[in-house]
Amino acid sequence: MAVIDLANPTRFLRFVERVLPWLALLTLLVFAIGLYRAVNAPDDYQQGATVKIMFLHVPAAWLGMLGWALMSIAALGTLVWRHPLADVAGKAAAPIGAAFTLICLITGSLWGRPTWGTYWVWDARLTSVLVLFLLYLGVLALYWTAEDPGRGARAAAVLTLVGAINLPIIKFSVDWWNTLHQPASILRMGGSAIDSSILWPLLIMALAFTLLFFTLHLAAMRNEILRRRVRALRLMQAQQFAEARP
Amino acid sequence: MTMSFAQEAGFIVAAYAITAFVVAALIAWVVLDHSAQRRILDDLAERGVSRRSQRSEG
Amino acid sequence: MQLMTAFAALMLRDMRLAVRVGGGALMGALFFLVVVVMVPFAVGPDLKLLAHIGPAILWLGALLASLLTLDRIFALDHDDGSLDVLMTASLPLEVTVTAKAVAHWLTTELPLVVIAPLLGLMLNIEPRAMASLVLTLLAGTPALTFIGLIGAALSVALRRGGLLLAVLVLPLTIPVLIFGVAAAEAAMAEPGRFAAAITVLCALSLISFVIGPFAAAAALRYGLE
Repeated sequence: MAVIDLANPTRFLRFVERVLPWLALLTLLVFAIGLYRAVNAPDDYQQGATVKIMFLHVPAAWLGMLGWALMSIAALGTLVWRHPLADVAGKAAAPIGAAFTLICLITGSLWGRPTWGTYWVWDARLTSVLVLFLLYLGVLALYWTAEDPGRGARAAAVLTLVGAINLPIIKFSVDWWNTLHQPASILRMGGSAIDSSILWPLLIMALAFTLLFFTLHLAAMRNEILRRRVRALRLMQAQQFAEARP
Repeated sequence: MTMSFAQEAGFIVAAYAITAFVVAALIAWVVLDHSAQRRILDDLAERGVSRRSQRSEG
Repeated sequence: MQLMTAFAALMLRDMRLAVRVGGGALMGALFFLVVVVMVPFAVGPDLKLLAHIGPAILWLGALLASLLTLDRIFALDHDDGSLDVLMTASLPLEVTVTAKAVAHWLTTELPLVVIAPLLGLMLNIEPRAMASLVLTLLAGTPALTFIGLIGAALSVALRRGGLLLAVLVLPLTIPVLIFGVAAAEAAMAEPGRFAAAITVLCALSLISFVIGPFAAAAALRYGLE
């Protein structure tokens, strides 16, 4: 394997250096607005103040899915076009998506305790998110245990796409399973219809988290490119030593 | 199952705190990884190992 | 015509390897037996309870037994180099892996289905429900094989083996487990639901029969070059 062609990634690095500070600043700004709105949002008539947890839980769920969607597009880039930036994009997105999925699970659990009395319920949404988290762990395992980053990326890409196809099936199955075993009262994490005084903080927080995702993703992609460069240089260095011997 | 506001607040604070912690961990990972890679690259450059596009021709 | 004979030859070869004493056929069935026997030690010998969770136990046991035998599909060939030969042969890789998957199902999954009635006796499952339960296993185990095929291909490419395979495959098999157990329980309690559940189970097997070979071939191709 020759030293990978870093032409496009180099341009990409320059792009990231320029854009990242501004993106980070924008993220901070939107978070400030969102948090202010979230803290001052009125209490829900059913759930009381704990509805404020929803401002974290719902965006986190959305980001978990966005992460997988992003990884799926990157996977196509890896398998169909063999674009090295696609490998990097997928590998960088995985830990971030997994982290937000974890946030979704934890906040969901903390929301459930005051609302329904238990830390965990096997309702359709939480269970689907849990399965998504397991799939993330699988992909992470493939990315990070491969000695050859290219090979790991290709294997992870296959699993990502298989997961993308499977996720709707899993969601459908879990929904069905939930209605099968549910007594008359339906535990739904969605809660009552969303009032506009709650909707706006929710949307702003969702935007803030999305901006955060892309900020982290660009930075992580930059790091991954640098990591691959290090690996290529080290391989070259080893080669030079081998050739220098008489 | 009806909780006092103080108990409820505990869960809300915990949720925000844990979220902040995870986000901080992500940011830390990205920042520390960056400086680690940069350090290695600088070290390699010092030793004269460089990419072919940086080496002079011939 | 040549395609069919090559397919048959490959399938028979894998089957012959599997039925040997150290092969997957015997081991899978033995593990299934052991797991099911463990359950009463864990939950207690109450026959009503065992009958209640019986279908779930059988399905879980079949799932775990399948997992253990899945890495044999490719690992053995990878170790002795025959996988490389198979990948460069003129037979399309998707057909090759399908032949191996069919061989796996016939030799490893089918014994599970065959001994399930015996294990059902130990779990106090009603005999008339056993027939339907066997039917659900017949309908659902192909899905387990073809989904597992993908995991086996991914983990052979990265040489990390057994446990990684389980982590990759188990979440993908959740729909099969849900509908397999639901169909089995419906057979005992509400026969009306049985038809719906087993139809979905068959659909899952068909979908995985299509996706599995393509994904597995891709995993092998991209992973082992």
